[in-house]
Amino acid sequence: MAGARSNLATGARRKFYDAAFAIMGLLATFIGLITLSALIIDLASDGGSRLSWQFVSSFPSRFPQQAGILSAWVGTTLVMLVTALTAVPLGVAAGVYLEEYAPKNWLTALIEINIANLAGVPSIVYGLMALGLFVYQLGLGHSVLTAGLTLALLILPIVIVATRESVRAVPGSMREAAYALGATKWQTVKDHVLPYSTGGILTGVIIALSRAIGETAPLITIGALTFIAFLPDSPVKAEFPFVSFDWLMSPFTVMPIQMFNWVSRPQEEFHLNAAAAGLTLILMTLAMNGLAIYLRYRFRKRIRW
Amino acid sequence: MGDKMQVEPRIEMPKIELEPDLVTKTPAAKTASEIGRSIIEVRQLDFYYGSTRALKSIDVDVPEKKATAFIGPSGCGKTTLLRCLNRMNDLIPNVRIEGSVKLGGSEIYDSATDVINLRRRVGMIFQKWNPFPKSIYENVVYGLRIVGINNRSQLDEVVEANLKRAALWDEVKDNLHKSAADLSGGQQQRLCIARALAVEPEVLLMDEPCSALDPISTAKIEELIHELKHTFTIVIVTHNMQQAARVSDITAFFYLGELIEFGETAKLFTNPEKRQTEDYITGRFG
Amino acid sequence: MDLSNYADPATAREKILARIPMRRLREKVIETLLFLSALSSVGITVGIVGILLYESFVFFKQVSLIDFLTDTQWTVLFADPHYGIMPLVTGTVVTSAVALLVALPLGTVIAIYLSEYASTKVREIIKPALEMLSAVPTVVFGYFALLSVTPLLQRFLPNLPGFNMLAAGIVIGIMIIPYVSSLSEDAMKAVPVHIREGSYAMGATRLQTALRVLLPSALSGIASAYVLGFSRAVGETMVVAIAAGQQPNLTLNPMEPAATITAYIVQVSLGDLPHGSVAYQSIFAAGLTLMLMTLVFNIAGYLLRKKFREIY
Repeated sequence: MAGARSNLATGARRKFYDAAFAIMGLLATFIGLITLSALIIDLASDGGSRLSWQFVSSFPSRFPQQAGILSAWVGTTLVMLVTALTAVPLGVAAGVYLEEYAPKNWLTALIEINIANLAGVPSIVYGLMALGLFVYQLGLGHSVLTAGLTLALLILPIVIVATRESVRAVPGSMREAAYALGATKWQTVKDHVLPYSTGGILTGVIIALSRAIGETAPLITIGALTFIAFLPDSPVKAEFPFVSFDWLMSPFTVMPIQMFNWVSRPQEEFHLNAAAAGLTLILMTLAMNGLAIYLRYRFRKRIRW
Repeated sequence: MGDKMQVEPRIEMPKIELEPDLVTKTPAAKTASEIGRSIIEVRQLDFYYGSTRALKSIDVDVPEKKATAFIGPSGCGKTTLLRCLNRMNDLIPNVRIEGSVKLGGSEIYDSATDVINLRRRVGMIFQKWNPFPKSIYENVVYGLRIVGINNRSQLDEVVEANLKRAALWDEVKDNLHKSAADLSGGQQQRLCIARALAVEPEVLLMDEPCSALDPISTAKIEELIHELKHTFTIVIVTHNMQQAARVSDITAFFYLGELIEFGETAKLFTNPEKRQTEDYITGRFG
Repeated sequence: MDLSNYADPATAREKILARIPMRRLREKVIETLLFLSALSSVGITVGIVGILLYESFVFFKQVSLIDFLTDTQWTVLFADPHYGIMPLVTGTVVTSAVALLVALPLGTVIAIYLSEYASTKVREIIKPALEMLSAVPTVVFGYFALLSVTPLLQRFLPNLPGFNMLAAGIVIGIMIIPYVSSLSEDAMKAVPVHIREGSYAMGATRLQTALRVLLPSALSGIASAYVLGFSRAVGETMVVAIAAGQQPNLTLNPMEPAATITAYIVQVSLGDLPHGSVAYQSIFAAGLTLMLMTLVFNIAGYLLRKKFREIY
């Protein structure tokens, strides 16, 4: 009977540990979530008061009360424009090639290894490469163009993977139907595969861009300035030819760098500005992620196989 | 040239003349040429998936403007053979083909063959209907758009003519711009038929087109086949022997990758020459 | 295309056949463009490796490799410069070690919880929430580390300086929890169902199944997650640049300020850097060191994951 009783005891202990772990698991999860909430609350309480139209439309200044993020968010927008226009065609083309055209040989394997490897390279290394290659070797300078190209290369693996997964999800029966009618490979891709994978690709691109918006290290490395009291030339002009490319070669700053600059100052008033900038940044990234999730849902509903 | 096409807008895709002298006299060919000219001749066809031999030295003829049925138990190779006829098997990696397939006297596995054009001349209907997630109208005209025909009035006439050929026109004529996915299964399959016919093929390959359909839709499609075979050559793969008996003029029986028997449907079903054929037909295995 | 010509098959056939070479050419051109896009990824790697090696080569012509590896000071910008990489390496390693001490236990516990305990509904809430954690820009985490975590820690450790590796490490750890937990969870999910069911069928609790059966079976997959997590921590820049200070400091004590390799590169880039100076090249030498470290860990992580997959 003693043996049976000790068995019962062991059973109870095992169940206790089991339940205790369940609580531990929840706690562990909460630590992450609590940190996130603390972070947001922190930013909101410090920076919320600084968020205003004046903040958004002023240049940075020596006087914290007058400083604003105008040059920063304009710079972010311009850089993101270059990033998107570079990364999307390049990444989608690469993804389409790998899924629809690539034969199974060593070269394809080499390309795939490269893409997987690039995803694990620290972002500052991209900055170093851009500094040596774009800024000096190619003479593109510390410009919006260099920044856009750098970030495009950084997020390229994300776009490629998103494209591949979306393309892979298109059922083979669609392709067979097109081929059986005498469509060429490109016609099948252009008329069927790409339109149906647009949703997934778009989602991936938005997530990739939301990553790029927060990137600081590579842009500091290529020489983005931290104090800019002017805006690059507008891309749209009033006279012929109505479009200008001067802004591409202009010096610039971006939102995360502006926040970094303010948080590095000793005065507490600048820290408030940093908090406001951070809040804006988080709102931007959250909005983009939310948009991506919404789009994914919308596209999935529209196409019925 | 007038703006209006004739009432019967048949787009004359260029046809290559048949050369009767090239038809060699294998037993299958003899039977076929007794029935009529052969538009497709398969000689000594071997097919490998990797190292597995799926088709063994197939010799078979498909007579022009008749319905030919490929029957046999699962895995006998009938669908594989069908897909060889329009080189759809090229899309599968790791396959190997030896032997000859001639369409209208010209070898289709020649390196100079234009496979895109081949697939226009030899159309295919699949077991699971696969209309594009577009409108009914856009589905039918896709085959024309990819060769550059985009004139609205010409396309309108093609759509009407081919939906009529597929016995679908009356059911959809007021809803041409609705999504194809809204149709029933039988209607979607007939839409796929209309789509394939719109490019004016010479041969229409059908891979178990009715196996996923209800009896009423099946009957509609079988009726269609009876109509279509006056204009197009039909090759239909089916595991339903009664269907083969109903719609085809010629039947080929396959087993484990080999052609066992080939001949007029009536004769094959009532008085087969080979023991295996008889066993299959009488249901001793299947 | 004028359909009227189709009335005459011969002309029509000529028209179609005439388009064939054009069509073949167009297909070939498109395929080449797509191929070049894919090849660009190789180009990027070549660019990165090329630049790092080139500038480092120039650097090592002026600074001896022995000095680089053994000198205990990194004072590149001083009048009497020292070029020992060790302070930066220890800064990187200590910060990352602190990060791992936070991320590995929490990440694994969360992975076990999500894989064995959580119902689908709970999982559907938790996973996106954790994803949001990884969507926050690192500069924001840096702000948090400097202005919230350090003061909080100073309540318990009054001698903690304003810049320290402890706060930075903790925040980096929290930042990479989603990464570690999702990789570990994938590894555990990949364990075949029958092994898991075998354990439950014998009356084991969820915890026992997780600890005694699943973790051992998924070991190399989880080890891969740990190694990749370390690689992520090593490459992190902004949190340390903001919160750990930028003074190179050869120490193993996380309660001191120090500079990591990444923070040094940022510090130098912020200043005016004459192109072609030794200081300029030093950031590439530092970057090369960083690259080698992460490469070693990435390869290790990949091999471990491959080994794990092979078993099943």
